[in-house]
Amino acid sequence: MKFVTAIIKPFKLDEVREALSEIGVQGITVTEVKGFGRQKGHTELYRGAEYVIDFLPKVKLEVAVSTKLLKKVIEAIEKSAATGKIGDGKVFVMDLEEVKRIRTGETGEDAL
Amino acid sequence: MKKLLSKMSLIGLMSLMLLGFSEISMANDAVNFNNDALWQSTIVADNTLEVAPMVEEVSEESILDSGDTAWMIVATILVLVMAIPGLALFYGGLVRSKNILSVLMQVFVTFSMMSVIWVLWGYSLAFSEGPYNDYVGGLSLAFLSGITGDSISGTIPEFVFVTFQLTFFALTPALIVGAFAERIKFSSLLVFLAAWGTLVYTPICHMVWGGGIISQMGAVDFAGGTVVHINAGIASFVGAIVLGKRIGYGKESMAPHNLPFTMIGASLLWAGWFGFNVGSELAADGTAGLVMINTQVAAAAGVLGWIVMEWIAKGKPSMLGGASGAIAGLVAITPACAVVGPLGAIILGIIASIIAYWAVTSLKIALGYDDSLDVFGIHGVAGIVGALGLAVLMSSQLGGTGYGDGMSMMSQFIVQAKSIGITVVWCGVISYILFKIIDATMGLRVSEEDERTGLDSTSHGETAYRT
Repeated sequence: MKFVTAIIKPFKLDEVREALSEIGVQGITVTEVKGFGRQKGHTELYRGAEYVIDFLPKVKLEVAVSTKLLKKVIEAIEKSAATGKIGDGKVFVMDLEEVKRIRTGETGEDAL
Repeated sequence: MKKLLSKMSLIGLMSLMLLGFSEISMANDAVNFNNDALWQSTIVADNTLEVAPMVEEVSEESILDSGDTAWMIVATILVLVMAIPGLALFYGGLVRSKNILSVLMQVFVTFSMMSVIWVLWGYSLAFSEGPYNDYVGGLSLAFLSGITGDSISGTIPEFVFVTFQLTFFALTPALIVGAFAERIKFSSLLVFLAAWGTLVYTPICHMVWGGGIISQMGAVDFAGGTVVHINAGIASFVGAIVLGKRIGYGKESMAPHNLPFTMIGASLLWAGWFGFNVGSELAADGTAGLVMINTQVAAAAGVLGWIVMEWIAKGKPSMLGGASGAIAGLVAITPACAVVGPLGAIILGIIASIIAYWAVTSLKIALGYDDSLDVFGIHGVAGIVGALGLAVLMSSQLGGTGYGDGMSMMSQFIVQAKSIGITVVWCGVISYILFKIIDATMGLRVSEEDERTGLDSTSHGETAYRT
């Protein structure tokens, strides 16, 4: 099993969710986050006082998937989140040791 | 390239507008001239008849006019709306989210405290006759003694006049709150403003509107350019210097936390300003109409002047710029609104907002003081532009109402400059002394820890927003 974390542009969230549903992903967790990468921040001006906004708003998406679905998941995120402009985000993949569904006590891929 | 083109077209548009103005004002002059000639010929013809109605007018003078009274009651409430919630929201949106309640409180409580002081001794010091009548009134009207429901001032009940002037007295100190925002001790603020209202506002008000030296010189200040705006601006300038900068000023982000509040506040100020300016005519008459159109177009021109400056200098016109420009235009037209023409008002609004823009973006940084919400940069600077600019724009050749007996553009300009000088020195010196006394006895600032935590919770035990 793999744990996929993606950082994407906030306005791309709906498209990414649809793309993931289509390939059979059962659930995702979404958090509003701030950060910077190559896009860096921007400056804002208030009556001549200039402030650098270092951290831009992004959406963090977390999905736990079976290893055989991983390739499709990464492709789906990559396609649906892309605008071609700087700041589109990244996908991180980690090994996932164990999963447990709290209600039924199922474990492993059954719990995904 | 695109940017350059859009900038050039903007400049082109501005210059076309200005050209248009000058042609229209020339055409207006021609019409005025003909009107004058007609007017004079009617006067000559009617000369014999004019004596009789004059006698009647004298006896009519102290009769209450219900139209004027109704308008003045509404105007008074409009000025109240300028302060709360107008000014409070305008300022509240500009501070960080941890300090919004403190600013709302400072404006709200200042407005209330000054209202009470006005009744106790403020009105008397400003509008009664006293032993030092050139500078300040006496105490004969303290506690509003002797004024009853039957007392008439001009064509309105004296109580209405008292309340109308009360709102000015209560609004002006509330303006100064912006200079101290995010760091002043609440109790020290109230002590300072109570003393400032008594020792600075009432004398200047008496000098301008109560028969003191500034009015004797022939200075024009229709609705409070010196009394309200230059006065508040100078006290703010001195206060910002004595108080010192906010912790982290220039290093940490102090960006406004809610510009929609600021836009709502500026709009309420704009609407309320009709009460302030038009109400200063104290009657619902022809001059009130002139003041009304002037107030509107000066504010509008101020918005355009400011955002065009931003567009050219920084690349983006901002909402805060629009709101600031409206206030700058309104401040500038305040002393001038009954003596300039509508085109003069537009010119004054544009010039004032451009100079105020320079004051808050360049002058403030060059002088290195932290006037949190730019009370000096907008009220002080645009107030001075208005007080001086009216000397030029009141010329009948420029569409104004013309100069008083024996006055010319030059002599009016000198008188205006003197009235500003008196206000600046009187207000500057007394404010400085008051700040120093309060700093030595009570302390002006909250502790460093409280300032970092925010005044909402440390001074008032509340927070505005739950997360």
